[in-house]
Amino acid sequence: MVLGATMVAQHIAFGLIAAIVIIGALRVVTTNNVVHAALWLVAVLVGVGGSFVLVGAEFVGVTQLLIYVGAIVVLFLFGIMLTRAPIGREVHLTSRAWPLAIVVAVPIAGVLAYTLIDAYGADHIGDDTRQLTAQVSDSIFSTYLIPFEVVSVLLLAALIGAIVLARKE
Amino acid sequence: VLLNEFLLLGAALFAIGVYGVLARRNGVMVLMSIELILNAVNINFVAFGAFHRTVVGQVFALFVITIAAAEVGVGLAIVLMLYRNRASIDLDQVDAMRG
Repeated sequence: MVLGATMVAQHIAFGLIAAIVIIGALRVVTTNNVVHAALWLVAVLVGVGGSFVLVGAEFVGVTQLLIYVGAIVVLFLFGIMLTRAPIGREVHLTSRAWPLAIVVAVPIAGVLAYTLIDAYGADHIGDDTRQLTAQVSDSIFSTYLIPFEVVSVLLLAALIGAIVLARKE
Repeated sequence: VLLNEFLLLGAALFAIGVYGVLARRNGVMVLMSIELILNAVNINFVAFGAFHRTVVGQVFALFVITIAAAEVGVGLAIVLMLYRNRASIDLDQVDAMRG
């Protein structure tokens, strides 16, 4: 009985999250205002973070909020300011060839959906999928230690590269 | 929760991101669409990790988040340089390497 109520709650929560993510993503790619696109991107990122929490991956969810909403969206807003995009409606954000992009995107969605429904039709994730953050950190610092260190070198390289590229001569 | 709910959400997000990358002319908007695609990948990683009861999905989702941060940093620096050299970030006008 309690389990059933939990499942209903999970489905309602997922439905809300999915609606936020899909509507937000559609607005990101269709709105005519760059700043609004960045703010809709925040809605998408928060929704995706919520879906992580829903499957018990709370550490990834919190990291998603910290890094994406806290850092990447701020970077985007700085990029918008520095490239002096007009704040307000702008008509030339979308290429004239956008129907071709739909011709590409809709078949991708269709093929992916067909394949996923065919392959994982009725598989359940399960009710208790919590994984302790300690397990995640153990995994990162033992099995995936070398990739972790390589990623930190990559971050350093990206940092230096961005400074070199953006610096005035 | 059904596994497919998450996978289909990821697929929809991916397709929307692909549309954005192809249809947008503004460099910053293209980078935002790439973020949508990377998020779709993360949803799949975490959902499959939960499905198989392993933390590996979460570990790789964390790697993807880190690399997305690096990608945005470099991407915005490139867009900034483009703006400085051409006074515009319209990607339709970037054709210096056209054969």
